[in-house]
This record gives sequence, structure tokens and C-alpha cells, in this order.
Amino acid sequence: MSRSIDWWLRRPNAVIGAVILVGVLSLTLWGAVAPPYSPIALDFDDRLGAPSAEHLLGTDQFGRDVLSRVLSATGVSLYVSLLTVTFATLAGTIIGALSGFYGGWLDRVVMTIMDALMALPSILLALVILSILGPGKTGVVLALGLAYTPNVVRVVRGTVLSIREQEYVDASRAMGNHSVYTIVRHVVPNCVSSLTVLVTAFFALTILTESALSFLGLGVPPPHPSLGGMIADARAYVSTAPWLAIFPGIVVSLMLLGFNLIGDAVRDWLDPRMVGI
Amino acid sequence: MTNPVLDVQQLSVVLPHGKQALPLVNDVSFSVAAGEIYALVGESGSGKTMISRAILRLLPPGTGIGGGRILFQGEDLLSRTPKGMLDVRGRGIGMVFQEPMTSLNPALTIGRQLSEAQQRHFERTAEESRAAAIAMLERLQVPDTKGCLSKYPHEFSGGLRQRILLAGVLSLGPELIIADEPTTALDTLTQQEVLELMVQAVRDIGSSVLLITHDLGVVARYADRVAVLQDGRLLEQATVAALLQEQHHPYTQRLFAAIPRRDRTSVPGDREADALVEIEGVAVDYQRRARLPWRRSTTTRVLEYVDLAVRAGETVALVGESGSGKTTLAKALLGLVPTAAGRIRFAGEPIRYTQRRALRALRRRLQIVFQDPYSALDPRMRVRQIVAEGLRHAGRDKASVQQQVAKMLAGVGLTDDFGDRYPHQLSGGQRQRVNIARALVSEPQLVVADEPVSALDVTVQAEILKLFDTLQRELRFACLFISHDLSVVEHIADRVVVIYRGQVVETGSRNQVFDRPRHPYTCALLNAAPRLVRESRAYRLLMSTAIAKVPDGGFDFDGWQQRPSPRAAKMVEVDHGHRVSCYLSHNT
Repeated sequence: MSRSIDWWLRRPNAVIGAVILVGVLSLTLWGAVAPPYSPIALDFDDRLGAPSAEHLLGTDQFGRDVLSRVLSATGVSLYVSLLTVTFATLAGTIIGALSGFYGGWLDRVVMTIMDALMALPSILLALVILSILGPGKTGVVLALGLAYTPNVVRVVRGTVLSIREQEYVDASRAMGNHSVYTIVRHVVPNCVSSLTVLVTAFFALTILTESALSFLGLGVPPPHPSLGGMIADARAYVSTAPWLAIFPGIVVSLMLLGFNLIGDAVRDWLDPRMVGI
Repeated sequence: MTNPVLDVQQLSVVLPHGKQALPLVNDVSFSVAAGEIYALVGESGSGKTMISRAILRLLPPGTGIGGGRILFQGEDLLSRTPKGMLDVRGRGIGMVFQEPMTSLNPALTIGRQLSEAQQRHFERTAEESRAAAIAMLERLQVPDTKGCLSKYPHEFSGGLRQRILLAGVLSLGPELIIADEPTTALDTLTQQEVLELMVQAVRDIGSSVLLITHDLGVVARYADRVAVLQDGRLLEQATVAALLQEQHHPYTQRLFAAIPRRDRTSVPGDREADALVEIEGVAVDYQRRARLPWRRSTTTRVLEYVDLAVRAGETVALVGESGSGKTTLAKALLGLVPTAAGRIRFAGEPIRYTQRRALRALRRRLQIVFQDPYSALDPRMRVRQIVAEGLRHAGRDKASVQQQVAKMLAGVGLTDDFGDRYPHQLSGGQRQRVNIARALVSEPQLVVADEPVSALDVTVQAEILKLFDTLQRELRFACLFISHDLSVVEHIADRVVVIYRGQVVETGSRNQVFDRPRHPYTCALLNAAPRLVRESRAYRLLMSTAIAKVPDGGFDFDGWQQRPSPRAAKMVEVDHGHRVSCYLSHNT
């Protein structure tokens, strides 16, 4: 599926989203390759310093360089959100598609489990899983991925239920195609548009929930920075050193905006009906 | 002529597009006299619905009136304020919509919905409007009128809902009723019943009707005058009698020529030859899952011990109304639904639906064309991919698949560049060609065609039927043709099987069934469908004066619901190859 430059030009939102994400990615690269300071190096002589030529975004309560910490934290947040969303989407799509397509007892068992999982707030579920696995990036990915899977299952299953009744699915079966082939070739691709809306929302949600988990001490363990953790730590200094909260906050907002804009563009991209539009 | 009720003068409806305006209705003038039934005939996109919406000033957003006048009882409706229109809608001009399943609000009782408009227009009390509603329901012969008021729409069949809707519209005593394809969604017998009741009730209260339809048979039977529309232009208007005698505009002639006729020479299958497909005593149950897991699920039998055979190269039509089990039979044949009893043999071999491998090989020789050209094609695949999928199990290399696909696309009359398009870029007729190409690409011996033309416009329908006929002569496949449309069946079938409530009631050659129907249900069906036949240059409406009436609860031939033995009703041979369910043997 190739799209012309025209296609992009007719979608200024998609271009803005792409620019933002490329920007965020290059921040991460900068942080990984050549950060101005170590994100965890302490300097008690220069605590809560305002932005200056030496420290472009100022320093925090332990004298750590905020710019370096933001760069590093952006990488962590991207890593966590990308893996979490991929995990939840893959697991949820597979479970939801099988459950919706085959129906019967499989569907009933799966949906009962999913409803039970959904009944728990996702943060509580994540807390339980993290308290077993211990804090850390992998733990957060697993915990949030599991917590979001039921939502994906629900959406995919609902869409599959309606697609299953379409005649092209019957046509595929009448041709002698294996049902797995039918699901992969005809059913799942037609779920994409309802899925992209959900998935982009999850990117945003993951970044926020990861912050909340860090705030509770179960996210990325200190002294390593995460955007959510930085904002949480900054709350005591909002009046005296507002840069501590403002800069990570700006990066979080930009990332969310970028993901949402790109998500809409991806949905259009994958939909052949949008070719001429 | 007295003053017309409705006088439309040079009406245009436009869709503003940039600086230009695309005309949807272009300079249309016609008038409807008091007490007259005036029909607007045209295919989809002809602007007939736009005209009706313009009259009520209910045009879809984005479109607007481009010019002209709409005089209703001498007053220009276009000069009314939007608020002023509220008094015209319902009371002056009533509207009956096409889809009885969605035009009643499922959350309100019938009584509420019927009295709503009366209270709006007449300041009647609840008691008075209730009485008026009951009176109108009685006129439309809705059973149990009083009880019906406290029921909800889902408790009624499509035909009854349309009658209830009509009662609501008529109870306001409008001077004009706009009926937009009022019976297109209904079965043949119900369609006739609703139309007869509507015409009767309208005559009684002295209203005029603007009947919008694509069905020339309905026009010939019920309308006084008719206008033919194409692409938003009014091509021709005449009295119905005159139009049947002579069609002036070439498009009108094409429209009439598209009426399926019995001119196709029947290719009777070799009677002695072995059947390609033999269906013996097949029954299908639908299971409804129990609410509680430990309860037993209930089963409903939708197909009752059906026997049917299709010989190589012949077309067998399966006729019946919706819910009669004709699609279920097709699905059972293809193994898409499990059978509860019976045997299906293909080329002498019994089909074992549980053996995947054998079934896969079989499916190449047994294909299906679906009814709905819109939902039968995966919207995310290109035409070429869709057709090529039919050869996925043929074990061919890529080059020969591509070659075969190109050949097939040409065979169904699509040029090569259609191969790269997506389904949404095709018209309904083109999609159906793709459907046919996909089914035929593996060169099957039997094609099941499930209402393949019923979603198409008449002229497109004629093209597809012709294409199907040509392909069948060329590729020599047998066809099980499922349809509720008798004129299509009369055109295409070699043999006809009539199915009613999951049972075969009559089977025979086309001529036997159409010329000498024996079973009361077949007779009723043939009477109910208004069919036009060509006689030298003019057309004549073929109909009996008797109006078939479906008895309450349906035809109950030999009490098949309480039949002691589950075996199907015995079929009696009344003529060579013409068999009728044993109803007759009881009564003659």
C-alpha cells in the first residue's frame, strides 16, 4: 500500500504528528548517545538551580541535570508504552478474534475471565502484578499489558462478531479456506479501524499510568528517571522550582499529541476506502 | 381536470460542490390529481427519493432546492417557513417509508406512536386518538386491534408493521401520501396484501398517492399515471395503460426490456442422467442456547426432510419467501451449517462434511454466489486478489493463477484495470460480476446462486442474468438458483422447486410449475406477483382477479407441525416429473 506525497499533504495533522514523534525519538537518541550530564549524577552544591547556560532546564532537588533526566526518561516512557501497547494489542487481538470467531464455550470462558479482569481497576491489577514481580521496566510492561488486554479483547471480539456475519467470511469458508486463514486474511484486517482508535488512547494511558505507578514507588525504580516519576517528585517544589514539573510535562503532552495524530493517520492509511480522500 | 393536489413545477435539487452545483433532480414537473395514484419509476440514483424528500422539505443535509415550485393545494411549499412546514407534514402530506423494521420506534408502544401525531395535529384527547387509531387499524385489517396498541413493534411481522405504519399515516387524513418503495422489503404475498389494503384505504378516505417504486409490475397493477425518471430527469410521463401500450423514450424501452421473460430456451437436464447433486431427506436444526448452562438448548427445525436433485448443466430454481429455509438449504449443501439428518451426494459420492481434505477438494467443484454484492467482498482486498483466492486450493503456480484470473475477469466483462480496484470503487453490478468471477474461477461443476440479482437495479439485473446465462452455456456448470422473484425464476430456471416453511411443496419443470401450478401455495405466489408479459409490442399485466390471501398462521397443508411421523409429506407425481406435496391427495 503506497501513498503519494499528496496523501500526506492533504493531512496536515498526520505531518504534525510525524514531526512530533520524530522529535521525541531524536531526544531519546540524544539522551542515549550523548547526554550533557549523567541523569543520576548528584551535585549538592547546585540544588534546585533555575535554567541557565550550564543547565539548560535547571537542576532538581539533588542537583541532577533536568535536561539529562528528561532525555533519559523520554526513552524509558517510549520503551514502556511501545512494549505495553504492542503486548496488549497482540494478545488482545488474538484472544478476541478467536473468541469472537469461534464463539460457543470458548467465547463464554474467555469473556468471563475478561469481565472479571475488567472489574478490577487497571492500576490495582498492575499493583498486584508488580508487587509479585517487583518494580522495574519489564514488570511495568507486563502488568500494564495484562491490565489493558481485556479492553482490546472486548473491542476486537465485538468487531469480529459483526464481521463474522459478513458474506465474504462465508465466501472464504465456501472456498475451502481453513478458518485460521479466514481469520488472519479477512477478519482481523477489518478490525483495524476500530483497533487504532483504542491503541492510540492506550499509548497516552500507559504513560500516565506508568507515572502513577512510579509515584507509588512501583514503576521505574529510583534513581533512574521516568517522566511520570519526575512530575511526581516535582510536586513539592511547584512554587519554588516550577521547571521541574513543566519540562517533563511538556514532553508527556507532546508525546500524547503525536501518538494521537499518527494513530488517526495510520487508520486512514490502512483503509483502502480512504485512498482518494 | 380539477385542481391537482400536488403540482411540481420545474423542480431542481442540487448538491453544492465548490462553486458549481451538481444537479440531483433536474427540472422535473408533474402533477398529482385528487384521488390519483401517481407512480415515479426509476432505478437507484434516478432522483425519485430526492423528489419525495424535496416535497416534504426533508432533504438530506448538504443538498438544497435549486429552483422550481412545489404547489400543494395551490400553495407553494417552498415559500413556507420551516415551522410552517410542520403543519403540512403528517396532516397534509403523509409519508410511508421503505423499511418497516426501522421506521417504527422500538422503544415505544404502537398506541403511543399512533396517537403521537394525532395529538400534535388535532388536539385530540388520548381517548379520541386511541379510538381513531383503532378505527384505522381495523380498516387495515390488523388483527386484535385493541391488544395491539399496548404491544411493541418487535412483536409484529414486517407486513403487519407496514400496515401499522400506514394506519398511523392515514389516521391524520392527509390529502397526499408519499409511499417510498413501501413494499420492497416485503415478501411477494405480504407485498400484495399491504398494497391492496393501502389502495383500498386510500380510496376510502379520498387521498392521492405518490408511489415511488422500481417495480413496473406494481406500477401496472396499482397506479393510474406514471413518470419515468433517470439521472434526475423526468423522461416520460403517461397514463399506465398508455405506457404499457407504447414506450417512447429509449430508456423506458430498456427498462421494459429488462423485465425477465420466458424466452430463454430451457435446457432440460437429461432425465435419465445421474444427478450431480442429490439431496435426500436433509433436515437442519437451529439451536438456541439455553439461558442457563445446565439447561438443555432448544432446537428449531428450519428445514424438514428436503429431497432435491440437480443434474449436470441444468438450472434448478429454489423458490420461497424469506424464512422458508432456501438459504439454509444452500448453506447445508456447502457444509456451512450442519445437517441434522439426511444425505447429500455429489457426483454419486456422499459428502462427508467432517473430512476436511475431501471437503476442500469438493469445494472447488461446488461454489456459491452471494446475494449482497456489498458484504460478499472483503473491503480490504483488491479485485484481483479476491478472484485469485478462488484458486488458492487449486495447487497452481502463480503465473497460471494470474492468467486464469485475467481470463475470468474478461469473461465477466471487466477490463483488466478493474483488477487493481477495491470493492468500494465498483458499482453494485460490477461487484456482482466480481462475485461471479470468484465463484467460477475454479471451474466448478455446481454453482449455488443465492438471490444473486435481487439487490440490483432492473437493467443491471438483466445484464447479470444474461451474463450468467452466457457463462453457463460456455462453462456448462449446473446451478441451484435461489430466489423469491418469480419473474427472474421464470426467466432462468429449467426446473423449479417451491419451498414453504422448510418443506418442498411442489417441484417440476418450469413450464409445469408456471403454467399448471397445483399446490395452493404455488398458486398464491404466482397470483401475488404482478408480472408483465410482452405481447407483440405492448405489455400486459398478468394477474388473476382472485387475491391470494395467506390464512392466519400460514398454510397448514396436512398439519405438518403435528405430523405423527417426522417423515416429509409424501410427494405425489401429478405429471411426468411434476410432483406436489400430498396436500392434493387429501383433497382431490
